[in-house]
Amino acid sequence: MTQTDGFDDLRDLYQEVILDHGRRPRHAIRLDDFTATAKGDNPMCGDRVQVWLKLNGDVIGKIGFEARGCAISIASADLMAETVQGRAKGDTRTLFEAFREMARTGSCPACPPTLAEPIERLAPLGGVHEYPSRVKCATLPWHALIAALDGAKEASSE
Amino acid sequence: MNMMTSPNALDVERIRRDFPILSQTIRGKPLVFLDSAASAQKPRAVIDAMVHAMETQYANVHRGLHWMSERTTEAYESTRDAVAALMNANDRSEIVFTRNSTEALNLMAHSYGRGVMKRGQAVLISGMEHHSNIVPWQLLRDSHGIELRVAPVTDAGELDMAAYEALLEDGKVGLVAITHMSNVLGTVVPAERVVKIAHAHGAKVLFDGSQAIVHRKIDVRALDCDFYAWTGHKLYGPTGIGVLWGRRELLDRMPPFLGGGDMISSVTYEQSTWAAVPHKFEAGTPPILEGIGLKAAVDYVQSIGYDAMAAHEASLTEHALARLAAVQGLRVIGQAQDRGGVFSFTLEGAHAHDVATLLDRQGIAVRAGHHCAEPLMQRLDLDSTARASFGIYTTHAEVDALADGLTRVREFSA
Repeated sequence: MTQTDGFDDLRDLYQEVILDHGRRPRHAIRLDDFTATAKGDNPMCGDRVQVWLKLNGDVIGKIGFEARGCAISIASADLMAETVQGRAKGDTRTLFEAFREMARTGSCPACPPTLAEPIERLAPLGGVHEYPSRVKCATLPWHALIAALDGAKEASSE
Repeated sequence: MNMMTSPNALDVERIRRDFPILSQTIRGKPLVFLDSAASAQKPRAVIDAMVHAMETQYANVHRGLHWMSERTTEAYESTRDAVAALMNANDRSEIVFTRNSTEALNLMAHSYGRGVMKRGQAVLISGMEHHSNIVPWQLLRDSHGIELRVAPVTDAGELDMAAYEALLEDGKVGLVAITHMSNVLGTVVPAERVVKIAHAHGAKVLFDGSQAIVHRKIDVRALDCDFYAWTGHKLYGPTGIGVLWGRRELLDRMPPFLGGGDMISSVTYEQSTWAAVPHKFEAGTPPILEGIGLKAAVDYVQSIGYDAMAAHEASLTEHALARLAAVQGLRVIGQAQDRGGVFSFTLEGAHAHDVATLLDRQGIAVRAGHHCAEPLMQRLDLDSTARASFGIYTTHAEVDALADGLTRVREFSA
């Protein structure tokens, strides 16, 4: 992909994959047939997300979301959906911890090698660590997801 | 280029040299600081005054009999004279120092609301208040049976004067507490008319002048208002010091806000008596260094003059409205006739937070969010906006940088 369109200075956080998923999220659908749902709300900036899950036993069979907010939060919700669909609950929680570490610090040296592939896909969002006030934009959908797995209706804020 | 030809023209380049921070680069680009409505930068004179006080004379005020305390008390109290002159107050005792505007407004809700107003009376605010001029009145409403009324804002972002007057007609409103200039829309409220109408219906008027004092000469006698609150850090002074001006006869009738040292006349276990105004409202060791810094800020502003500041701002505002109108997909929120250098806007296809971050990448600092005015945002059917705001050091070239930066954000996000 070309990086010489005169926007290099803007692209470190807003990589093409983030812009793309922010603009055209693939999983931004409300599931009619769901087994768990939870909302996340960031009153500081007005970002709002709701996540729906269809659990097949221990596995997230299907996931959909509705989000209102910035490109970072919508792209994060979409990349999250992409990486957790078909994943076991326990694995999903581990991936959340890894992602949270990456969003806060930009890397995740202690992350389990078994999750290398999804972490690689989520890596573009690691750029938010340079913007402490934006970290929550990226983690909000994950908090809603974990709340849904816990059987809660609302994500508790960090 | 939009050159200024007014005889009051201010020499922006000279002013910029007075603000050490403005020579910084951010991410390798010259800093374009367009967030002065949140908090303004500080001139060398303010920085030096505070450092000098700490290095040469610092001691507590109103207490010591020694040289240091006398000098510091003198310096701190001279701020009261400077502020009284700035606002054209009748008397220096009408100037009460607080921590910021928020504390001044809370002081009013507590001491005037609980102490002077009667159950069944109402407080009237407008639909474009900062949270700090909403929440204290809600607390008063819930604890003290005071009704809270809200005068609506028109689609253009102006105070609906007919509705405002109608809300005063039953004579129940004891106090109008209203912004003088919106921190979101830049709208300047017609203050003289607001006061005239309120007084005709028996209500006192308190202005939240946090934004207005930065852009307009505030003459409380000409305004004929009853109270006026503002904060030092937006007027190029330090954080931690604000001002409440009130008519002496009203301040005299109000009970204290916080209790402690400095605000008493004498204390026994049975009973205490209060110091005279303004000290009655200034419990504890005051913000001494901040007060000394504020004096330097007021002197600085006076040396430039409000006429020159207002002319510069009017020229910048006109330039900004023209430049922003030419950015595709950009919508400036509010079209008030009388407005100052605070602009909220949305950009089609880009969320306000992304706009702010993408401008930051270009060295341009703006604010994004609900600007502590959620009810106004709901009225305008918006979640968030980006906001650019000007100070005396803002240049036409910086307005150009904003417009060019936004055009790039638009192209990048499209």
